[in-house]
Amino acid sequence: MLYREAGQFKTSYAADQQLLPIRQDRVALIVLLAIAYLAVPVVANDYWFNAILIPFLVFALAALGLNILTGYAGQLSLGSAAFMAVGAVAAYNFELRVPGMPLLASFALAGLCAAAVGVLFGLPSLRIKGFYLAVATLAAQFFIPWLLVKVGWFSNYSSSGVITAQPMQIVGYVFEQPVEKYLLVLTVVALMALAAKNMVRSAVGRSWMAVRDMDVAAAVIGIPIMRTKLVAFAVSSFYCGVAGALYAYAYVGTVQPEDLNLDMSFRILFMIIIGGIGSILGSFLGAAFITLLPIFLESALHAITQQFGLDLVPGMTSMVQLLVFGGLIIFFLIVEPNGLARLWQITKEKLRLWPFPH
Amino acid sequence: MSSARSIGEVLLAVENVSLAFGGVKALTDVSFDVRQGEIRAIIGPNGAGKSSMLNVVNGVYHPQQGAVRYRGEARRQVDPHRAARQGIARTFQNIALFKGMSVLDNIMTGRNLKMRAGLLEQALWLGRSRREELAHREQVEHIIDFLQIEHIRKTPVGRLPYGLQKRVELARALAAEPVLLLLDEPMAGMNVEEKQDMCRFILDVNEEFGTTIVLIEHDMGVVMDISDRIVVLEYGRKIADGLPDEVRNDSKVIDAYLGVSH
Amino acid sequence: MTFFLEVLIGGLLSGVMYSLVALGFVLIYKASGVFNFAQGAMVFIAALAYVTLAERFGLPFWAAFALALAVMVLIGILTERIVLRPLVNQPQISLFMATIGLAFFLEGIAQMVQLWAFNDLSPRPLTLGIQDQPIEWLMNEFDILVSSFDLLAAAVAGVLVAALAVFFNRTRIGRALRAVADDHQAALSVGIPLKTIWGIVWSVAGFVALVAGLLWGARSGVQFALTLVALKALPVLILGGFESIAGAIVGGLIIGAAEKLAEVYLGPFVGGGIEGWFAYVLALLFLLVRPEGLFGERHIDRV
Repeated sequence: MLYREAGQFKTSYAADQQLLPIRQDRVALIVLLAIAYLAVPVVANDYWFNAILIPFLVFALAALGLNILTGYAGQLSLGSAAFMAVGAVAAYNFELRVPGMPLLASFALAGLCAAAVGVLFGLPSLRIKGFYLAVATLAAQFFIPWLLVKVGWFSNYSSSGVITAQPMQIVGYVFEQPVEKYLLVLTVVALMALAAKNMVRSAVGRSWMAVRDMDVAAAVIGIPIMRTKLVAFAVSSFYCGVAGALYAYAYVGTVQPEDLNLDMSFRILFMIIIGGIGSILGSFLGAAFITLLPIFLESALHAITQQFGLDLVPGMTSMVQLLVFGGLIIFFLIVEPNGLARLWQITKEKLRLWPFPH
Repeated sequence: MSSARSIGEVLLAVENVSLAFGGVKALTDVSFDVRQGEIRAIIGPNGAGKSSMLNVVNGVYHPQQGAVRYRGEARRQVDPHRAARQGIARTFQNIALFKGMSVLDNIMTGRNLKMRAGLLEQALWLGRSRREELAHREQVEHIIDFLQIEHIRKTPVGRLPYGLQKRVELARALAAEPVLLLLDEPMAGMNVEEKQDMCRFILDVNEEFGTTIVLIEHDMGVVMDISDRIVVLEYGRKIADGLPDEVRNDSKVIDAYLGVSH
Repeated sequence: MTFFLEVLIGGLLSGVMYSLVALGFVLIYKASGVFNFAQGAMVFIAALAYVTLAERFGLPFWAAFALALAVMVLIGILTERIVLRPLVNQPQISLFMATIGLAFFLEGIAQMVQLWAFNDLSPRPLTLGIQDQPIEWLMNEFDILVSSFDLLAAAVAGVLVAALAVFFNRTRIGRALRAVADDHQAALSVGIPLKTIWGIVWSVAGFVALVAGLLWGARSGVQFALTLVALKALPVLILGGFESIAGAIVGGLIIGAAEKLAEVYLGPFVGGGIEGWFAYVLALLFLLVRPEGLFGERHIDRV
């Protein structure tokens, strides 16, 4: 079971351009999917589904969205959570107001709504770059949740804009149990990750990266910068929007738009910094890391305080979290700017040559 | 000079172009033309406005006065994207490759204009999208063969030495199958061997594909050898224009290069 | 009309506070090209350091001020050493994200200090001995309510800006700073010690953060929310331009006034609460018209 590509010769460009050109990678992916679909549902309990696996998948999707915009197209956004809020509220309204609306159609339309809003707030990117744009996306982050709360129609006039997701039902089957919700989310996220991978290896992905790396040169070889950026905003917000719908329907059930605040946008940004900017795999690694870290910290703090016979001060975990998140971000940017995904890649490259160092 | 080459009609005419940044005049009333199939050099001391001239031709800069006539169509303002669509490709003085991408992907971006598949098709990797990727990959492989960079296909361009980066940039421009190719100091910073290779590639492109080339270069030996006609700029003005031999003996050109005491 | 004037003046004066925070951003941006997202966290930590020293340890004002300043200088120098130096020549966007990490880190520390010093996280009152009361004379003569505290804040800001202007334009360090702001490499090549300069700039930014922190803290209590208020400095910078001290002041005044006027005159029609986003949306619209800000320079991209 060595990670070697020796003996695997490509005889056509089609073979060289497939999703995972190395056989071992293909096997690994199949094994991973088999575990996710067959083993996990048998082994995991409700706590794992509700507190770890479902949020992990939901945030992986949001991180994927942000990674398309920031990692591939180079446009920094601090408004991911706001686009999730748009998706959550839109899905709720499609389900509420359109009789017989299929759930997945609602999700897709919610994504499209988020995409439209994303394009709107992406317009300034045509004239500004870098952290200027970050400030522009802050406008989205502060404005959108406010609007969703203030306009009662969005939440069907519930108090303080809270929406309560309807039961998830697809052709008569109700996804109620945590394991069912998990499988539904897993399927949506896996398919959208595949689509993202396809986009970044096609013309549109190359245009994004070209605009990211050097926009003047991109324009000169005929890449329309404006359209490329806006498409990135649209696709990214679409992903965030669907993530928001899943967040509402499969994870929390009841959403107040203001929960999807700046803090959550930062959290999603941290996922891609730690996981790997400009990497599909990195979005998943980062989401897993940021989802698991607080749980790990919590239990670590518990263990420590118990060891020394102290009481855990309320609020302590969140402070330690701030500290650790901040420290890790700086650490990764300095030591490994391409995140966990790059570490994984280095390991693979080493393995390919092992036991020879060069 | 090969007999297969034929110099044709005027492809590009720069007509009385003036360009200024704030109060700084980069180009003043410059006119010259480029004929189909020729290799046309622009030379001049540093700061003469050579790169600005290329930037005007492919729409990165918009001149305040004058026009650029391309294939008979006059225009003052054109955006770079449209210029690319009309078959103008270019390389840059300071290499402008996409550093985060592999050599192959960099060159593939040159074919972007020719791809038709929509976003959804690309996301699903279905039918047309897949066929296009393969077809264009084959085209790109021809260029990779032609420029002899097969061995670095999958390498991120950031890791390549300078000379190879220049070659990849040429490959990216060629991938667009340009009618008019603008080269901004394609041999700057190269050693003699690399320069010879690059000259060979430029001449081959010109002969095999009939591509019209406008080139900025400081190495006079190279310029005199490979170009058909030469424009000389100094302080944003044209001071000479003609065959290599004429330019070589022009007193104004000699003054501009050697300096003259008045 | 008096009511309008009152709102306007109130807005302008709270704009002064935004300007103070924005000033810290501009200083660091000018000297090191870093957009320091942690400026807000620095304001919070500075105010907290002062409150801890003054209230928990009972130090007199000047001692507490000096020690808090020392803390800020230390943070500035450590930031330069640990965070920025290894990231030199990285893309601006990485530096920006690093300062987001720094902000989180500082916020975590600040809260721990607060918890340790006061046993809770509620807003700490901070008294500077100035009363937040309307000035009687103005009230009697013109029937306008203007707080003496706000006026003092404005005066402090004015003095600070004047001092910085002198520092930048008249001293040797100031000249070196401007050289560094213009071109790192060139400054380095004529023998300006880049690292020392950055250390100094971060210290000065720490000083500005302390002043801003004291004034904000006296106004609304020292609390975590200060970091959010400091985010308001971002639209201020968009308006004023990232490289202009004058821009930071004018931008702050405009944002402060516009925000208050909007809340009072526009708020009732849309259900209030627009102070949270109005500044950002204003900045966003402004970006579409003049991306380089009121006082920024238009840069020409060279190819």
